Amino acid sequence: MTPALRNAVALAIVGAGLAGVGFGQSWSLALAVFNLCLISALMSLAVNIQWGYAGLFNIGIMGFAALGGLAGVLVSRPPVPAAWAAGGGGLFIALLILMAAGGLALALARYMPRSRMRAAALAAVVLAGLFGAGVFFDPAVDAIEAVEPAKTGYLGGLGLPIILSWFAGGLLAAGAAFVIGRIALGLRSDYFAIATLGISEIVIAVLKNEDWLTRGVKNVTGLGRPVPYEVDLQRDPWFVDLVAVLHSRSLEALSGEAHEAALREFAVQSSSLFVKLCYAGLFLAVLAVVFWLSERALHSPWGRMMRAIRDNETAAGAMGKDVTRRHRQVFILGSAVVGVAGAMLTTLDGQFTPAGYQPLRFTFLIWVMVVVGGSGNNLGAVLGGFLIWFVWIEAEPAGLWLMQALTAGLPEGSAFREHLLASAAHMRPLVMGLILLLVMRFRPRGLIPAGGR
Amino acid sequence: MLPDLVNAAVLLGNYVIVPGLAYAAQLALGALGITLVFGILRFANLAHGDLMAFGTMATILATWLLQAWGVGLGPLPTALLALPFGIVAAIAAALAADRLVFRFYRRRRSAPIVLVMASLGVMFLLNGLVRFIIGPGDRQFTDGERFIVKAREFKRATGLAEGLSIKTTQCLTVVVAAVAVFLLFRFLQRTRTGKSMRAYSDNEDLALLSGINPERVVLIAWAIAAALAAIAGALYGLDKSFKPFTYFQLLLPMFAAAILGGIGQPVGAIVGAVIVAFSEVTVTYAWKKFLHYLLPGPWQPDGLAQLLSTDYKFAVSFMILVLVLLLRPSGIFRGRVL
Repeated sequence: MTPALRNAVALAIVGAGLAGVGFGQSWSLALAVFNLCLISALMSLAVNIQWGYAGLFNIGIMGFAALGGLAGVLVSRPPVPAAWAAGGGGLFIALLILMAAGGLALALARYMPRSRMRAAALAAVVLAGLFGAGVFFDPAVDAIEAVEPAKTGYLGGLGLPIILSWFAGGLLAAGAAFVIGRIALGLRSDYFAIATLGISEIVIAVLKNEDWLTRGVKNVTGLGRPVPYEVDLQRDPWFVDLVAVLHSRSLEALSGEAHEAALREFAVQSSSLFVKLCYAGLFLAVLAVVFWLSERALHSPWGRMMRAIRDNETAAGAMGKDVTRRHRQVFILGSAVVGVAGAMLTTLDGQFTPAGYQPLRFTFLIWVMVVVGGSGNNLGAVLGGFLIWFVWIEAEPAGLWLMQALTAGLPEGSAFREHLLASAAHMRPLVMGLILLLVMRFRPRGLIPAGGR
Repeated sequence: MLPDLVNAAVLLGNYVIVPGLAYAAQLALGALGITLVFGILRFANLAHGDLMAFGTMATILATWLLQAWGVGLGPLPTALLALPFGIVAAIAAALAADRLVFRFYRRRRSAPIVLVMASLGVMFLLNGLVRFIIGPGDRQFTDGERFIVKAREFKRATGLAEGLSIKTTQCLTVVVAAVAVFLLFRFLQRTRTGKSMRAYSDNEDLALLSGINPERVVLIAWAIAAALAAIAGALYGLDKSFKPFTYFQLLLPMFAAAILGGIGQPVGAIVGAVIVAFSEVTVTYAWKKFLHYLLPGPWQPDGLAQLLSTDYKFAVSFMILVLVLLLRPSGIFRGRVL
């Protein structure tokens, strides 16, 4: 098969799957799956930038996605003035102390000769800074968390439209990637992987426990939306008219009360579809822009340099390319895109739930997408994102169905059968592991390999 | 003054030293497995945590069976009897993974990162299997006598204000780990096979030239790593509880220990595990009461005097990892591996 044909086939399979969900289950569900497919594709594209362009094995994707989600809260929630008044000053002083200690430590490290004295001085400065900041930080946090803990108990955000958080999420993730990149890049590739894994766990731990910032496991719900609400739509005359026109054939036969009721019913259904379509449009736009940019980048001199570095770091270094610097650049870019995707996901959910970030779902699943799509191939990454998200969503019902079919012969209510049926939910990691291993083994360049590069 | 000192020491023993030692022993066994695989196969095995979970799961299942038959060890937990079963299951899983997955890439001499990715797939599979068979929830499988030294009895016997309690599982952990480590070192230092493994890890080409069978070395490395993983997992589960996700999270402290000690260095793995375990425990321990015993009135802290909340214990192993990688990437022990 030629690459073009293969792409078309893959696209057709995904489309057919979504259509199958639409006809078989419901169109609302199909659209919901489609929206998450778009976000997955964006994440997969981001990881492809890191792995496919530069060979960076980042298994801390979850952390960057969560930072994007955090941006959703910090940008869109209204500020809580009472909390700022109660603890803002204390936090500010703590921050100043930390910055002063950090600056002093950096200066010491730079200007003192390397000796035991320097190590002792550094340790003293760092400890004093931590302790001094703690003196102001702890009471400030207690004060903030005491402000209406059931409703707020945190500082709130900026009260801006949530769509801005997509940029903010990208910036936040890029900032984190900058810091991590300075520390961990330039290490052996597997050490780098472990370092990113650790970072992502720490990010999640911070989001779960720093209630003054994120409300922790109490979650932040009711985030704003970039699209209209269903209830408003159902009352909007133009929308109701549109629904009436679209469903005119089935409405014609009815009159009076029945007509009204049917119209209302259609409006409710269509409003939910309409909202999902709006999201789909927004996400599609972001995906298209990022895709276009990464394709341009891949085919530019910069992209050729990145591939040269990926394929042979030593040779590229000998040609005068600064390998670590390029790695850092591409790590920041990819992480920023993950941050954008994370902010989009939080926007779609309308809530921020730190406990919902699981490495299986947010890190390793994305890796399966990239491997299946074929590393270094943007279109492949997007299609891999679609395909794998679809499989991930459908593996549970399919597993349940399979289990029911397998256990049909067993007596009703037998403990073994119950156990098998209850375990169907855990088919997902099993299926994902199998897919990853099989593709790596038999199609190491992915299902949609990059054409001859 | 003196009783205060003794009380402070007992307090420290109860909340820092005893739990820290048990945790260090569990980490050491895990880190040894990681370091062994790294020394021989030369890649970071991300599936190690889930291999531990797999072995523990098999142990738990066997424990239940033994309990149903009414077989027990009296004061000791039944799981000790079931442990060999868990070890065999873990070895079988590791060998199957090697045969079906890793051998292919080894023969093609793929880059280490490809093997790391393959281990990601194996991790997924094992994780799915464990959840499929035993579920994702928390499982307690300790039985027998719970304590060797009870806090209340200790207080009564010594007349101190602070009690010291030592759980059977903690004591067991340290003893079993010590035996396992002793056997491992004896094997590596004294037996022909152990020496051939060290030779292979040191210089693959020379080892091949002197007629060492690489497949055999790899096989034994996997078997030992898996056995250690099953023991470590079962001990951790006995001491705390068994939950598949916790075992995945143990990956970070275990890698921190292995890298801190110098990857490929068994002694280093143990030293690293002790450092990581005690840093975690001391940094997350609330020192308030301890300081109250030792410091005069006005100096006593009002707060908990806790450096980090327990939820941040990963941050500790991570900080250690980062500091080591930055300051001394080769770890504490340099030079010869295994």
